[in-house]
Amino acid sequence: MSFLTSLMLIPLLGSLIVAILPKEKTKLIKQAAFATSLLVAAITVGAFVNFDSSNPADQFLQRHSWIPSIGADFSLGVDGIGMALILMAAILVPIVILAGWNESQSGKWGVKTFYILILVLETMMVGVFSAEDVFLFYVLFEAMLIPVYFLIGGYGWGNRAAAAMKFLLYSLFGGLLMLAAIIGLYVISGNQTGHTFDISTLSTLTIDHSTQNFLFLGFFIAFAIKAPLWPFHTWLPDAARAATPGTSILLLGVLDKVGTYGMIRFCITLFPDATKTFTPIIIVLSLISILYGAFLAIGQKEINGLIAFTSISHFGFITLGIFAMTSQGMSGATLYMVNHGFSTAALFMVGGWMISRRGSSKIEDFGGLQRVTPIMAWCFFIAGMSALALPGLSSFVSEFLVLVGTFTRYPVAAIFGTVGIILAALYVLIVVQKSLHGPTTPGNEGMSDLNLREKVAIAPVIALLVVLGFFPKPLLDAINPAATHVMVHSGVTDPAPKAGK
Amino acid sequence: MTSSHLVYLIALPLFSSAFLILMGRKADKWGHIFATLISAAVFGVGVSEFISMHSRAGDMRAVTQHLFSWISVGTFQVDASLLLDQLSICFVLLISGVGTLIHIYSIAYMSHDKDRRRFFAYLNFFIAAMLLLVLGDSYLNLYVGWEGVGLASYLLIGFWNQKPTYATAAKKAFVANRVGDVGLSLAIMIAFAQFGSVTFDGVKAGVHGASPAALTALGAMLLLAAAGKSAQFPLQSWLGDAMAGPTPVSALIHAATMVTAGVYLITRSNFIFDGSSTARLLVVIVGGITLLFGALIGTAKDDIKKALAASTMSQIGYMILASGLGPVGYAIAIMHLLTHGFFKAGMFLGAGSVMHGMDDEVNMRRYGAIGKVMPITFATFGLGYLAIIGVPPFAGFYSKDKIIEIAFNAGGTKGIILGGATLLGAAITAFYMTRLMVMTFTGSKRWDDKAHPHESPVLMWLPMVVLAIGSVATGFLFNSGNSLVNWLAPVLNPNNVEGGSELMKPIVVSSLALLAVILGVALAVTKYRTVPVEAPEDVSVFTKVARRDLLQDAFNETVLMRPGQKLTAGLVKTDYYAIDGLVRLVGAVVTGTSTFLRRIQNGYVRSYALIMVIGALALIATIWVVTL
Repeated sequence: MSFLTSLMLIPLLGSLIVAILPKEKTKLIKQAAFATSLLVAAITVGAFVNFDSSNPADQFLQRHSWIPSIGADFSLGVDGIGMALILMAAILVPIVILAGWNESQSGKWGVKTFYILILVLETMMVGVFSAEDVFLFYVLFEAMLIPVYFLIGGYGWGNRAAAAMKFLLYSLFGGLLMLAAIIGLYVISGNQTGHTFDISTLSTLTIDHSTQNFLFLGFFIAFAIKAPLWPFHTWLPDAARAATPGTSILLLGVLDKVGTYGMIRFCITLFPDATKTFTPIIIVLSLISILYGAFLAIGQKEINGLIAFTSISHFGFITLGIFAMTSQGMSGATLYMVNHGFSTAALFMVGGWMISRRGSSKIEDFGGLQRVTPIMAWCFFIAGMSALALPGLSSFVSEFLVLVGTFTRYPVAAIFGTVGIILAALYVLIVVQKSLHGPTTPGNEGMSDLNLREKVAIAPVIALLVVLGFFPKPLLDAINPAATHVMVHSGVTDPAPKAGK
Repeated sequence: MTSSHLVYLIALPLFSSAFLILMGRKADKWGHIFATLISAAVFGVGVSEFISMHSRAGDMRAVTQHLFSWISVGTFQVDASLLLDQLSICFVLLISGVGTLIHIYSIAYMSHDKDRRRFFAYLNFFIAAMLLLVLGDSYLNLYVGWEGVGLASYLLIGFWNQKPTYATAAKKAFVANRVGDVGLSLAIMIAFAQFGSVTFDGVKAGVHGASPAALTALGAMLLLAAAGKSAQFPLQSWLGDAMAGPTPVSALIHAATMVTAGVYLITRSNFIFDGSSTARLLVVIVGGITLLFGALIGTAKDDIKKALAASTMSQIGYMILASGLGPVGYAIAIMHLLTHGFFKAGMFLGAGSVMHGMDDEVNMRRYGAIGKVMPITFATFGLGYLAIIGVPPFAGFYSKDKIIEIAFNAGGTKGIILGGATLLGAAITAFYMTRLMVMTFTGSKRWDDKAHPHESPVLMWLPMVVLAIGSVATGFLFNSGNSLVNWLAPVLNPNNVEGGSELMKPIVVSSLALLAVILGVALAVTKYRTVPVEAPEDVSVFTKVARRDLLQDAFNETVLMRPGQKLTAGLVKTDYYAIDGLVRLVGAVVTGTSTFLRRIQNGYVRSYALIMVIGALALIATIWVVTL
C-alpha cells in the first residue's frame, strides 16, 4: 500500500477504534488517539527522509478510478511543497492532542467525538495536500469544514456557535465560487483533452485570457478566504477566540495553509496569464494584510484575538512571497507556511494554558508571570520571539526569504513589508510586557507552572523553532525543486543582479 | 587561511548560557563562576588567535571557518561562515576582555540578587551574539548577531522588569533597534539585488559595477541600522532609558561594545561608503549632530548613569563622524572606539561602585566628597575622566584629537563645520565630565547620615584598576608608530589613501583642543563650586530642555506614538464596524429575505450537515449533466 493512502487510512482506522471504545473510558480514548497520531507522524517523518529532493516531479503517486462517469479519480501524489506541509501537519496533530489533553472535557458532545473529529480531520489534511485531482481536492476542501465546524461549535469557549457558523458560511461561499470555476475548467478540458479533473493535464490547457481571469478569481477568492487575506479575514479572529487552542492550531496552522497552498497549486499553475493580471492587486492586498493585521494585533485586548491577527499579518507575507514569483519568494513562502504552523502552535499552546489557568483571555488579567510561572513565561516569550521573526529562529529564515525575493522584483512592496517588522516587535513586546513583566497582578499569585505533560508537548515545538532557524536545509532542499518547477511552468525567471561582477 | 577554532568563540558562551538557563536554580551556587570562567576561556582563545595572526604577514592574517550551509535558495546562498581579520580581532579582544572583567565585577555587584545566575546566563548570551556579530562573514550572519545583541540588551535592561518603568525601557530599546533593523534588512536586500551576494567579499567584489545611486541607498540603509544600534540621531532616545539595566550591563553593552556595533558596521562596509560621497556626507551629519546632542544632554543630567549615557552617545557620535570621513577616518574611528571601550567601561564600573556604596542612589546632587571614602574608585574614575576629556597623554587625547584633526582636514566649509563641531564637543565634554567629577567626588558631602559609603570589594575594584590602566596606556600604544592604523590598513584602507589637505598642523589642533578642554573644565569648576541638593527650578530654558533630553521623547510621543495609537484604535473600529459590519449586513439581508427558508434554518447542526450532503449530491449531478 502506498504511503499516502496509508497516511489517510491510519487516522481513519484510529477514529474507528476510538468510536468503538466505551465513551466513559476517556483516558483510553485519548491514548488511542494520541498513539494513532504518533504513528502517523513517525511514518511521515520516515517518508520525508525517503522523499527524493532532487526530483521536482510529484512522488508517491497512485491513482484509482473513483467516479468514472465524470472522470474523477482518487489520485494522490506530493511534490516538495505538499510533502513539507503534510510533514508539518503530521507533527502538529500529536502535539495538539497532548497539549490539550483536557480541552475536550468541557465540550458539548463529549471526549469521544472530539477525538474522532480530530482523526478524521487528519485524514482529510493529508488528502487535501496530496490530491492530484481537482474534484478530489474540492470534496476534501469542503468536507474538512464539517469536523472543524463541530470542533469550534461544540468544544470552544464563549460565542462558539456563532463563530462556527460564521466560519462555515464564509468557507461555503468561497467553496461555491471555486466549484463554479472547477466546473468551468472541466468543460474546457472536455473540448481540449477529454473531460478530466487531473491537475497535471489541466495545467496543459490553453485557456483564453478573459476566461482565465474568471476561473482564477473563482479559485483565488476561495483561497483568500481560507488563507485569510484582507478583506476576507473577519471570520478568523472570531473563530480563534471561540475555538479551543488545539482547534485553533489545526485551523490556523494547517487548514488555512490549504489557501496559500492552493494559490500555488491551482491559481498559478493553471492560470499563468491571469496570475500576471492579478499580481499587482494581490501584492497590494498582501501588504495591507501585513500592516493591517499587525496594527489590529497591537490593538487587541485578548490573547487569542492577538494571535489571530498576527497570523493575518503573517499570511500577508506568505501571499506576498508567492506572487513575487521569484525562487526566494516562492520557497520562502512555502517554508513560511511550515514555520508559521509551529510558531503559531507555540503561541496558541502557551496562550491556551495561560487562559485556562486564569479563567480569562483578557491580556490585562495577566501580569508578572515571569516570576510566578517562569517556565511558562519563557515558552511564551520564545513563541513571541518567533512571531516577530527573531534571527536564529525558524520564522526569520522564511520571512527574510520572502522579503528578499520580493525586493528583487518589487522593491517598493518589499520596503512596505519590511516596515511590518517594527510593528511585529510592538505587538509581541506589548503583550509580553503586560503579561509577563511588572508586578504580579492580583489573582495570579498561586498560578501553577507547566506540568510534565505540557513541557513534553511544548519542547519539540521550541526545538523545531530553534533547529529550523539554523538548519532549514532539509526543508528547503525538498521545497526548492518544487518552487522552481512552478516558476518554470509559468515561464518566469529570477531577476539577474543589477551590478555586474 | 582557515581555522577550526573560531567557532569556539561563539559556541562556548552560547551553550554555557543555555546550560545555565536550563539548569535552573540548581546552578545558583556556581553559575556565576562557571560563566566567568567561560568568558575568560573565550578571551584566551581570542588572545591565542591574535598571537598567531600577529606572527603572519599582513595579507595572510585573515582566517575563515566554514560551518554549514545555512540558507540556499536559487542564487541566494548564505553559509554560516566566520571571518577573523585584523578588524574583527580588535573587537574579539575588546568584547571578551572587557566582558571578562565585567563578569568578575558582577560576581560581587550582583551578589545580593537572587537571580544572579540568570544575569550571568544573559551576559554569556550577549558575548556569544556580539562575537557572532563581528565574526560573521556576511551581512546576514552579522544580522543574526545584530538582533541577538539586541535581545540580550532587551533582557538585561529589563532584568528587573518587575518594575514597570524598567520593562518599558527594555521594550523601547528593542523597538528603536528594530527601526534600525529595517535599515539593515533593506541593505541586505539591496546588496542581493545588486550583487547577487550578501557576503562581505561578494559585495566588495561587486561595488565597482554598481551605480552611485545604489551605493548611496545601500549606505543610507546601513547608516539607519547603525543609528538604531548605536543610539545616533534620530534613533538615540532609547539609550538613556537603557540605564535601567544593572550597571555592569551599562558598562559592557551600553558603553563599551554593543552600542559601538554601528561603527563596526560602517567601517566593515568601507568599500560601500568609499563609493558614495553622499552616503559619507549623511554619516558625518548624523555623527556631528549626535556628538553635540549627547554632549548637551550630558550637561544637564543629575543621574550619574544618564550623564554617562549621554556622554556615550556623544562619543559614538565622534566615531561615526570619523567613519564618515572615508579611508583616513575608519581606523581612527576604531581607535576611539577601543580607547572609549576602556575609559567608559571603567567609569561606568566606577559609577556602579559609587552606587553600590550609596544604597543605589544615582542622583549626583546627593553625592559629594565621595573621593575621600572611596579612594580607589576615585582614582580609577579620575583616570578615565582624564582620558575622556583628552588630557595628554591619556587615551582619549590621542584618539579624539585625531578625529578633530581629520575633521578639519576634510577641507573647505565642510572641514570648518565638522572641525568646529568636534572642537565644540570637546569643550562641552570637558564641562559635563568635570561637572560629574565635582558633583560626585569632591566638594562637600550631601548624603544623609543613613548612607555609609565605603570602598567596594576587591572583585569590583580590580576590574576598575585594569580598565584605568587601559585608559592611561591604550592611546599611546595604538598611536606609537601608527601601529593600529597600520594594523587595520589591509582591511580598512587597502588602497593606501592618504589624508586630505592638511588645513592645520597636528600641533595646532592639539593646542586648540586643549584650550577648549581647559575652558570647559574651568567653567564647570566655577559653576559647581556649590551644588544644591535639590535641582534648581529657576534655570534657563536651555537647561530645562536639556534635562528633558532635548525633547526627544516629547517629539517621538507627539509625532509617532500618539498618532500610532490613534491609528490602531481607528483600525480596530474600522474592522469591527466597516469590514465585519459589511459582512454582518450581508448576513442580515440574506436572513431577512429568505423567510421561506426559515423552517430549515432551525439551528440544528444535523440539518446543516444534511443540506451539505444534498449540496454535494447536487454537485455531482450537475457535473454528470455537463458531461452528457
